[in-house]
Amino acid sequence: MAINLDDPKKFRPLAGQAHQVAMNMLRPISRKYDRAEHEYPKELDMLAAMIDGLSESGASEGAGAAGVRRDDKGDDAGVRNGTNLASVMSIQEMCWGDVGLLLSMPRQGLGNSAIASVANDEQLARFEGVWAGMAITEPGTGSDSANIKTTATLDGDEYVLNGEKIYVTSGDRCDAVVVWATLDRSLGRAAIKSFVVPKGTPGMRVDRLEHKLGIKASDTATIIFEDCRVPKENLLGSPEVDVKQGFAGAMATFDNTRPLVAAMAVGCAKAALDLTRELLEGAGVVIDYDRPAISQSAAAAKFLQMEADWEAAHLLMLQAAWMADNRKPNSLEASMAKAKAGRVGSDITLSCVELAGSVGYSETELLEKWARDSKILDIFEGTQQIQQLIVARRVLGLSSTELK
Amino acid sequence: MSLTKSFKSTGPRPGGKHGLSSQESRDPIGFAVAALSRVAQSDLIDRLGLRKQAEQAVFTVTRSGFRTMTTASRGFAKAGKRGKPGVRVPAAAPKGVFDLTPTEDEQMLVDVVTELAEEVVRPAAAEADEACAAPETVLKATLEIGLPGLGVPEALGGISEERSAMAGTLVAEALARGDMGLAVSALAPGSVATALALWGTDEQQQTYLPAFTGADVPAAALALNEPTVLFDVLSPSTTATRSGDGHVVLQGVKSLVARGSDAELFVVGAELDGKPVLFLVEGGAPGLEVEGDPGMGVRAAGLTRLTLNDVRVPESAVLGAVDGTTYAECVRLSRLAWCALAVGTGQAVLDYVTPYVKEREAFGEPIAHRQSVAFMVANIAIELQSMRLLTYKAAARAAAGKDFAREVALARKLCADKGMQIGLDGVQLLGGHGFVKEHPVERWYRDLRAIGIMEGTVLV
Repeated sequence: MAINLDDPKKFRPLAGQAHQVAMNMLRPISRKYDRAEHEYPKELDMLAAMIDGLSESGASEGAGAAGVRRDDKGDDAGVRNGTNLASVMSIQEMCWGDVGLLLSMPRQGLGNSAIASVANDEQLARFEGVWAGMAITEPGTGSDSANIKTTATLDGDEYVLNGEKIYVTSGDRCDAVVVWATLDRSLGRAAIKSFVVPKGTPGMRVDRLEHKLGIKASDTATIIFEDCRVPKENLLGSPEVDVKQGFAGAMATFDNTRPLVAAMAVGCAKAALDLTRELLEGAGVVIDYDRPAISQSAAAAKFLQMEADWEAAHLLMLQAAWMADNRKPNSLEASMAKAKAGRVGSDITLSCVELAGSVGYSETELLEKWARDSKILDIFEGTQQIQQLIVARRVLGLSSTELK
Repeated sequence: MSLTKSFKSTGPRPGGKHGLSSQESRDPIGFAVAALSRVAQSDLIDRLGLRKQAEQAVFTVTRSGFRTMTTASRGFAKAGKRGKPGVRVPAAAPKGVFDLTPTEDEQMLVDVVTELAEEVVRPAAAEADEACAAPETVLKATLEIGLPGLGVPEALGGISEERSAMAGTLVAEALARGDMGLAVSALAPGSVATALALWGTDEQQQTYLPAFTGADVPAAALALNEPTVLFDVLSPSTTATRSGDGHVVLQGVKSLVARGSDAELFVVGAELDGKPVLFLVEGGAPGLEVEGDPGMGVRAAGLTRLTLNDVRVPESAVLGAVDGTTYAECVRLSRLAWCALAVGTGQAVLDYVTPYVKEREAFGEPIAHRQSVAFMVANIAIELQSMRLLTYKAAARAAAGKDFAREVALARKLCADKGMQIGLDGVQLLGGHGFVKEHPVERWYRDLRAIGIMEGTVLV
């Protein structure tokens, strides 16, 4: 038991592997799928198979979207470096490769994280191997997810879903969609539950795909539900409308996935920093860690500031994951990580474009693409402002009625 | 008129006089106003009965321009073997596990120091800031808990079993939560002791360390700053010239030297044969002069300007290597200590503003209910934790004997930028109340500007 913030030794081989995959498989096809938006990245199937194999063998240390499940097993002595840490480290490396392609990885959807977080053991087994997207946002509802209008009405042994969901990541390619719907709007947020709806279920259709600023390799879909029937066993977790526990169950997913999104931003920013450092060296600017920033060139000083912010985001991400591994409540730290990573991610990628001049702006290099990819990471899964709201409420001890 | 003459010049001042750039020039009206101003000034001195004080030879840190001899050292009895290397503590065993939990010993230290910071340090802070000096009671209390021995090996009378960079960081943070200036004052002697433990020869350790681990700990100062704009601490202007008779002659000026007026032992940075080197200089050495150099903040540390006029020291006064490596490590460990101080002060700000914004009302409800206020607090919390994690990472690496130049550089950059932002926001959140001395936030604003500027002074 001693303070040590170096990357956990245990997962360096895993991170190393992910780095190699990112370098040798993702980067070579990065520009291709950025240009051919919505074309299915067939190379990823091979990659997915490889990752499944690694998962089976245990060599991936439980890393990935499903790695966020909290272990309820008995206490073991000592400090744990577990699946949450493994996940953030490997996702960081994969996004150093390509964020859009990582989001397009089969069976690595946010829906999979939701299943891992909220499903009961029977559902966990039943949905094993299913690639699940997540459908929460609606045309009129973004940050205020408690306001969703998609309904789920119990009819015999089935729930009937009606509504429109937008911005569903992997909405087209996934095998199933985890849909947030309300059992009864009059009961407020406590009645919001998530339902696994397999593709091909009558009454569910992918209406269109979005054209985006970045992460173009990832398909972002609008899905419409018209009297879509799902078995009641597909309601994740408990069907009880527990007014006291309320929303917490659904929101629990986000405590677990926020560090993962932070990892995406940290990885994407690192890609920009690594290349920019080399470009600067080629232009005669070498970063000196011992001399004061103000005594170095403006480019070096800017780089130092970016690297310091990057390291902060990286460490906050590791802290949030470490707390999850050690079964400590980490809602505050998860939001801090996402807030910091989200904002420095864009600051860094955009500044790197600026530092590299027309080399940064041109499509010849990937810097401009990373600057486009990074922006969404400060928006989805809880915007910067929502993260600040969560942190503020925690630090100040205020409820959502007091601090809106 | 005579008033201005009685202030001895401290050498060519970088930049202009009275904060004016050389581009300014007086017109006829300007000359008239200046003459009037001088008259007004001398009247003021007389009206307030300060003329007598101006004539006293008593050294006061609050008034720069009065230069005196440094405090004569107690005469450290030479001991130990020249040429024999000193005792070293081993590096902490590097663990591969990511962990944020302090050891039991570290936690105990933190608990004790936190209590001291709350009960003894903070209550004395405002007055100490005013007086530019730490009260004896506070210094005594820090000595009682054994702070100077934190980095000294047990074999030499200290409490350290392994490299203490992490413990030192945690202690500095906890102490600064009480007050940065008093923390610096209290940590200055221990910093010199730690330097001796890390780099001293057997002779240097046996000569000086017994005093630091004894009952009557001397004040001491690690002097690296110089009064130059765009100062690069790795290229000091203070020179060390071999005199050919086994001695070295030191020449130069050091600024913002904490406890300079009563320090009995100095560690001074100077360039020897083209490389930056640390030298041990005893207080009272001929040619060594000290005057007050109060700054914007960290005032309780009794900041001074140290002038070295042909100060002769034996070659055996070199602390550590002559190739620049010891000096660089000293700089990095000092910067690490300043990061820790920034984190502690930042925490003080956050702890203070949180209840304030919940109680203060405007427009019918606590201002904490407004997003602009709440978000400012949230961002203080986020950046403070960022500063803390970067600092701890660097400290853990230093303790494990790993290369930490990059980590401490990043920590310093963040602590300087975000630390200042926290100080700034701390005042802003209190509105008008933040600007007056009734509340401590204005002091923390002044203190936090020191991060990124100060070199040396403290060390973990």
